[in-house]
Amino acid sequence: MITPEINKERVMKYLQEGKRFDGRKLEEFRELTIETGISKNAEGSAKVKLGNTEVYVGVKMAVGEPYPDSPDKGNLMVTAEFLPLSSDRFESGPPQFPSIELGRVTDRVLRESHFIEFEKLCIKKGEKVWTVFVDIYTINDDGNLLDAAGIGAVAALKSAKIPFYDGKEGKIDYEKESKEKLPLSKDIPLSLTAYKMGDKIIMDPTREEEDISDARVTLGIKSGVVSSMQKGLNDKINVEDLGKIFDLLEEKSKEIVLKIEKSLK
Amino acid sequence: MEVKSKPEVSSQPNKKQNSVERPDGRKADETRPIVAEVGIIPNADGSAKFAFGGTVAIAAVYGPKKMHPQHKQNPSKGVLRCDYSMMSFSVKDRIRPGPSRRSMEISKITEWALQPAIDLEAYPNMVVDVHINILQADASTRCAGINAAAMALAHAGIPMKDMVTSVSIGKLDKELVVDVNKAEEDWEEGEGATDIAMSFTSAGELTHMQLDGHITTEQLKEAVKLGQKAVKEIYEIQKQALKTGKKIETGGKKK
Repeated sequence: MITPEINKERVMKYLQEGKRFDGRKLEEFRELTIETGISKNAEGSAKVKLGNTEVYVGVKMAVGEPYPDSPDKGNLMVTAEFLPLSSDRFESGPPQFPSIELGRVTDRVLRESHFIEFEKLCIKKGEKVWTVFVDIYTINDDGNLLDAAGIGAVAALKSAKIPFYDGKEGKIDYEKESKEKLPLSKDIPLSLTAYKMGDKIIMDPTREEEDISDARVTLGIKSGVVSSMQKGLNDKINVEDLGKIFDLLEEKSKEIVLKIEKSLK
Repeated sequence: MEVKSKPEVSSQPNKKQNSVERPDGRKADETRPIVAEVGIIPNADGSAKFAFGGTVAIAAVYGPKKMHPQHKQNPSKGVLRCDYSMMSFSVKDRIRPGPSRRSMEISKITEWALQPAIDLEAYPNMVVDVHINILQADASTRCAGINAAAMALAHAGIPMKDMVTSVSIGKLDKELVVDVNKAEEDWEEGEGATDIAMSFTSAGELTHMQLDGHITTEQLKEAVKLGQKAVKEIYEIQKQALKTGKKIETGGKKK
């Protein structure tokens, strides 16, 4: 696109002075708000806002057969829909790469951090286990959907309750209220992304900034341990910068985790 | 014993007088609490949220913009294009994301419902896209979707000759009621449930109607009249939300 290229010069000039168009520091996040319980038919749900970026995440559960290689463990399925409602860039039709990537990156953050205790989601070994569906919907895209989706997934899962499964009937009885929470680890994982623009590193870009960024690094971190990662976009990153990014993301994750925990209380 | 024949005689008029008890205790002509708000999606040219109780719809309008693919362009006027879809977690049993036969039909009837009210004469070869998503479903989702879409169109400043307002009329056993919820949609007593979704322009003309169930043409006429009356109140709420730019909520105390 032409406009981003023209903007790029101005954005880069600002960044050299340590400034951004909206007045934030390079590593500063926009205002984060989290609201859970936004859709009553979901087992868990959350709305996350990062400035003007907004996503809805819902958790549904269903009973099915386990995978042969994990007969006593529940399953996870994460999907992301880039709704045409959320941006004039998104079109209806088969999923495009960005939504596929978003679903997969979020899936790995949750799965590899062992956030969900899948061994507790077995109903009958080799026959029946719970599948946890995490569905992410974009509502307004103003950049950094990756981080917003990760936070939304965690918040929705934290709010989720397991529906009542009637073993005799072999189906879920939604009339019976369930108070059993989804088994999760005490610490929460977080998906955080650093964006490289020229020789500068920024976080939580607006759509305009994300469009002209050269590369990005997403880490899935839980209690200081990295368990998933994605390097995205075309440009290369030198190893020194990469080290700085790791340090930055680790430090930032502590701050954001505190914010999430506070708002989920 | 001796009164055996009595009920038979009195049952007809009795049924007519005694209204059925609605599961949530509403009066026959009472809608669920309504929430209406515009400007909920900053990226969109126009956007709105509309809720009938537990049924929550959001809509966004993008356009008028150039129609792609080109062969779908209409050189005499702009085209309205709607798409309706439910979020996977909006219902008890998860829906697989993506279009279904049901959602494709509702998208089209939404287009038909709104078309007569908008004027795209000035936009040849252009398209106005309306995207509707159901966040939470408790029946009457297409009606909530149409109401949100009509508000989003007005909010986007699309030339309109009229507003469009939609409501569902139900027949529970023999009784007509306004704004059907899920429990009523599943009504099994007596004659069961009939669900009639309908939309009107603010001038009172019909732009959409669908029915599932069983009803006489006589009572169907009554249902249309009841619908006409109900949309008048709903229209006022849509108008108020558009005029004030504020979130409008009705009947907060009642369930």
